[in-house]
Amino acid sequence: MTEKRRIVLTVNGTEHAIAVEPRCTLADALREECRLTGTHLGCEHGVCGACTVLVDGAAVRACLMFAVQAEGRTVRTVEGLAEGDRMHPLQRAFQEHHGLQCGFCTPGFLMLAAGVLEETPDIDDAGLREALSSNLCRCTGYQNIVKAVRAAASEMRR
Amino acid sequence: MTVIGKPLPRIEDPPLLTGQGRFLADLQVPGMLHMRVVRAPVALGRLGEIDTVDAAAMPGVVAVWTAADIATLPPVDFRMTRIAGLEAYRQPLLARDFVRYVGEPVALVFADGAHAAEDAAEAVFCDIDEMAPRLDPADGPGAFPTTDEPLSGEPATVTKAYGDLDAAFAGAHAVIEVEARVGRHSGVPLETRGALAVPGEGETLVLHGAAKVPHYNRDAIARMLGRDPATIQLSEGHVGGGFGIRGELYPEDVLVCAAALRLGRPVKWVEDRREHLMAANHARDQRYRLRAAVDGDGFLRGLEAEFITDQGAYIRTHGGTVTDLSAAMLPGPYLIPAYRATGHIRLTNKTPAGTYRAPGRFESTFARERLMDAIARRLGHDPLAVRRRNLIPAASMPHDRGIDALGTPLVYDSGDYADLLDRAEAHFDLGGLRAEAAARRAAGEAVGVGVALFVEKSGLGPRDVVHLRVLDDGTVEAVTGVASIGQGVETVLAQIAAEELDLPITGIRVVHGQTARIGYGMGAFASRVTVMAGTAMQIAARTLRDRALAVAAEMLQSPPEALCLGGGTVIRPDSGATVSLAQIAAHAGDGLFSEGVFDADHMNYPYGVHIARVRVDRATCGVTVERYAVAYDVGRAVNPMLVEGQIVGAAAQGIGGALMEEFVYSPDGQPLAASLADYLMPSAAEMPAVEVLIREDAPSPQNPLGVKGAGEGGLTAAGAAIAAAIDDALARPGLVRALPVSPDRLHRWLQADRSRGDVPMRRCAPKTI
Repeated sequence: MTEKRRIVLTVNGTEHAIAVEPRCTLADALREECRLTGTHLGCEHGVCGACTVLVDGAAVRACLMFAVQAEGRTVRTVEGLAEGDRMHPLQRAFQEHHGLQCGFCTPGFLMLAAGVLEETPDIDDAGLREALSSNLCRCTGYQNIVKAVRAAASEMRR
Repeated sequence: MTVIGKPLPRIEDPPLLTGQGRFLADLQVPGMLHMRVVRAPVALGRLGEIDTVDAAAMPGVVAVWTAADIATLPPVDFRMTRIAGLEAYRQPLLARDFVRYVGEPVALVFADGAHAAEDAAEAVFCDIDEMAPRLDPADGPGAFPTTDEPLSGEPATVTKAYGDLDAAFAGAHAVIEVEARVGRHSGVPLETRGALAVPGEGETLVLHGAAKVPHYNRDAIARMLGRDPATIQLSEGHVGGGFGIRGELYPEDVLVCAAALRLGRPVKWVEDRREHLMAANHARDQRYRLRAAVDGDGFLRGLEAEFITDQGAYIRTHGGTVTDLSAAMLPGPYLIPAYRATGHIRLTNKTPAGTYRAPGRFESTFARERLMDAIARRLGHDPLAVRRRNLIPAASMPHDRGIDALGTPLVYDSGDYADLLDRAEAHFDLGGLRAEAAARRAAGEAVGVGVALFVEKSGLGPRDVVHLRVLDDGTVEAVTGVASIGQGVETVLAQIAAEELDLPITGIRVVHGQTARIGYGMGAFASRVTVMAGTAMQIAARTLRDRALAVAAEMLQSPPEALCLGGGTVIRPDSGATVSLAQIAAHAGDGLFSEGVFDADHMNYPYGVHIARVRVDRATCGVTVERYAVAYDVGRAVNPMLVEGQIVGAAAQGIGGALMEEFVYSPDGQPLAASLADYLMPSAAEMPAVEVLIREDAPSPQNPLGVKGAGEGGLTAAGAAIAAAIDDALARPGLVRALPVSPDRLHRWLQADRSRGDVPMRRCAPKTI
């Protein structure tokens, strides 16, 4: 179990050739091996969603997936959300609507919302609340997160 | 220029939105060791041999320590509310002779990687002779076992009293009693705790992962390690939520420092969530018995309170803080001419407790507001009418209670409580809400409305300091000893500076939580930052402005009063000549350095109203909060968007504490809420829309900005308002006497009521709630 395996992770369009133990989670591989520390670990047991990333377009808990399982798949993290200096509509909306306080859960919420809006651009309010209830935030009370995602959704539909 | 009062987006957001935040776990330094803590698996026991041989032989392991390896290091001392007699109950850095709660640090493993350290920690074996734990503080004072005679399990009581209580009871129209209990909660920030100690040249040390009170912790660590504070530097990065529990000095913080110095390598420790829930401070967990002497019209002539704080296994940095605040703040917004509160600090074999956002106020507000509802019910009055009858009138402000809180005289500085209640009633259409709930009840639903009032406290002194300097590029750098735990410190302080200096807030860089940059700092707690550092910032900015104009006057050959400062430039209007702040600073030679110092020996007291509408599912006993409203007078809102964010976020924690959150223990003291699947916190699905009414009708006369703290009031009355709403929904006044109102608890109460009829609360033994 402790013998390392060589894998290639494709993250935000960049290939990372890394060596990880089979037990290494995708979250740990992203953080420790790829040095992409925007993906945060809040519980490491799949409840809080701070580690949410997109794997082949679907939002997953990077703490519940092994890095070796992500080989050959497309991983997107918060670091890949902006286009150069231009922030993604979700990122802009989170700032505009005060959708973050300490910012620890924010990358997870951004990736969750990005996945949801890519799949269902015209999601209704109830569906959005339901989808956003996948992740935990301890600072905002969610109100401004919902507001921000709704605002970003209408901008992205334009 | 008007910057104060504007809902500006935060300057601290961009790195946090783009994955560029620097939280503790993100830091890596070459040669770093990882520390893993071996924790006690049982709640109470005599600690025998600790076998570390196998662990020490595992790959990558550099050292394994037990208490014997750090025998000279003292326990963690009190930061606040030192009460005589508490010293013997302080927590050792590693368990000695006894383990006293599940999760207590027993041994440490240092290894080259986090996985290696975790693997080796599994191989440490502790020989523990188990003893029966003490879990219910209501059983009596109990005992705290030691190697000699056991100590009392009740190291101290806190008493606060004023007025003639005997006379109040002697002349009472009625005496009304309630019991109330609040469960064991905690802040549970999304980022767990962590620390990274990096040894430097000449026996110096930098500790990353500082939060809340970096300067105090620097001095405390130096004291414990027997070093000059000048050799130790604390540095705060991004901090993933504080809520009172993060940033207190914990054993692990001191241990990484001791290890880095002794092993000569950087040492990093990041706890996992399970550890966090068993090791970081718990909070709340109080039970109250209130006895009120009232007039026929519901006026509270006297209040006698007795309560117990379940302190857990040791007394940590807060000393008697929570018990002190509970006793001081229990009277809330009401006059209550005679009062006596006795708070018992009792130890149990649970994770030690400290403060969590609105400490002592969430609990005491729940108890007091339950009492107000009980008075209304007994006398047949409207609950709001009884409250109005008792409110401290605006004409009595400032109102001196004649007792103290956190060592400062408890003097309500300003407020018009009745006016805020009127405004809340109108703004949130309380009449309409109640009528609608009544109509739905008539149609068979269990829907109810609850209202609760509270007074908060904020702006604890004694001092804060801000240093301003103009950098070469014209940016104004503000250095302060307060800390950021995610609440928007940088933006709020920048707004206050921007107001004085007529700059955009992006022209101001706020440095906080760095002991190397400023010698003094009190940190971020007790809703103090905007009040204390905000005022120091205003003073510093005014000084800098005056100096900039004086230097510019020399450069532009004009009297300073004829010059205008704006947009980073001083202009001489008659000639159109200008000089930039950067040029002025260069001319001055010292960057126009200015210092603002603000001292305060009193806290100030914001106040508010919570309104909840809930729906109870009679079949499942699940409670849904349909609407939630908070009216809060904060004196002056520097950034109303951030104030609202604080209130809504705190309300979520209040709703969690009222309905969901609780650290439950098995009969043998095993924590049953050791994951986020078991310690339930509200998600977006449980949260209603929270409506907020921010008022600025009673600015604090104690600081020139008039500000009061906004960080805690969204939480304070949530338990009380939701309890009243549940009573109303089920038409069972006085039903809710404990929090959280989990479905099983509510089901039990309803069953008990059905089998016994409507039993008066005082006949219920405390253990049944």
